[in-house]
Amino acid sequence: MAAASGQVKARAASVRGLALGCTLAIAVLSGTSGCSTNARPDLYAWDGYEQLVYDSYLNPGNADPATQIARLSQAVTRAEIGGGHIAPGIHAHLGYMYYLNGQPDAAREHFTAEKQLFPASTVFMDVLMGGLAKK
Amino acid sequence: MTKKILAAGLLGFAISSMYGCAATNGPVTDYTAFRHHMPRSVLVLPPLNQSPDIAAPYSFLSTVSRPLGERGYYVFPVAVVDALMKENGLPTPGEMHTVPLPRLVEVTGADSVLYVTIDDWGQKYQIIDSVTVVDAKARLVDTRSGITLWTGRCFAKQSSGGGNQGGLVGLLVNAAVGQIINDTTDRAHLLSRSASTSMVFNQRNGLLPGPRDPAYISNDPDSATGKRQPLGEHVDEAEAVEQSVEQ
Repeated sequence: MAAASGQVKARAASVRGLALGCTLAIAVLSGTSGCSTNARPDLYAWDGYEQLVYDSYLNPGNADPATQIARLSQAVTRAEIGGGHIAPGIHAHLGYMYYLNGQPDAAREHFTAEKQLFPASTVFMDVLMGGLAKK
Repeated sequence: MTKKILAAGLLGFAISSMYGCAATNGPVTDYTAFRHHMPRSVLVLPPLNQSPDIAAPYSFLSTVSRPLGERGYYVFPVAVVDALMKENGLPTPGEMHTVPLPRLVEVTGADSVLYVTIDDWGQKYQIIDSVTVVDAKARLVDTRSGITLWTGRCFAKQSSGGGNQGGLVGLLVNAAVGQIINDTTDRAHLLSRSASTSMVFNQRNGLLPGPRDPAYISNDPDSATGKRQPLGEHVDEAEAVEQSVEQ
């Protein structure tokens, strides 16, 4: 009985081991063929942006506009100091937080920064700035 | 193969995860339309939700910007897009998904839209184990022609370790699990980070490298996105050539 269950365990373990092959590559080796990671250094500094977006929806108590302004401003500063490129959307998101916080000039500044760094955002930034002008 | 099993033993059998990338035997995506309509930007709308977990859409949404951005596309700020749509009488993803493409172009200038549906999400409790599942599908649509450029599936399943690994191996396993999975409160969110990265970067069926990706290959050198776009401040063409030569 013990021997049989031992065999079953061993077989199960080897099956799982095989299934793990691909995922271990992701977790440990980052960048083996066939699997899918971005196996090169990041293009951009993302610096907690994802967590902030998550918090804004799922932990809103941790993410009122003033808090988001503080967190994103830090991210921008760190990217500048580190010589990195701030990720797409961060200036725009920061601008929107300034707008919610009643600071339209700061909002405009960051929408403009987003436009400069990412020309693909031009139409959207102009729409947002047009919205600011009306308020 | 033996080495992989040994390596697996070291990291722990309890972390038996499967990702979409493991299933590479399916048909290869036809990228013709994608190359022809290579988008510079991607507008990600909040996902539709077919799962029992109401947190799924926004949890997933928060994890998709980074892989898309790193794949070389401009990604519109997802929370700002969501807020703007809600301000304009579109309170749910269902309604947002019905906005006509020309209207999306008018408001955002987006070259493409990513429509996502969450099919399954969250913790599934089984007898001796608990499994975390993330299962979503995505469709990338060219905003000017309405053509679907790409479809993808984001799938991951993770067993949190059916506890009864005996002996020394079991101890190693549990220790490894403890080290790697520190956040026990939202495993689906953690899993969706790697799942959405896998979906975007899958070498067989993922997105093509976008204009800002070092691996970008233009189909049409004379098009607007013919040259790989430099990161950072917008520079004019002459400077861009000079910079790339220097690098």
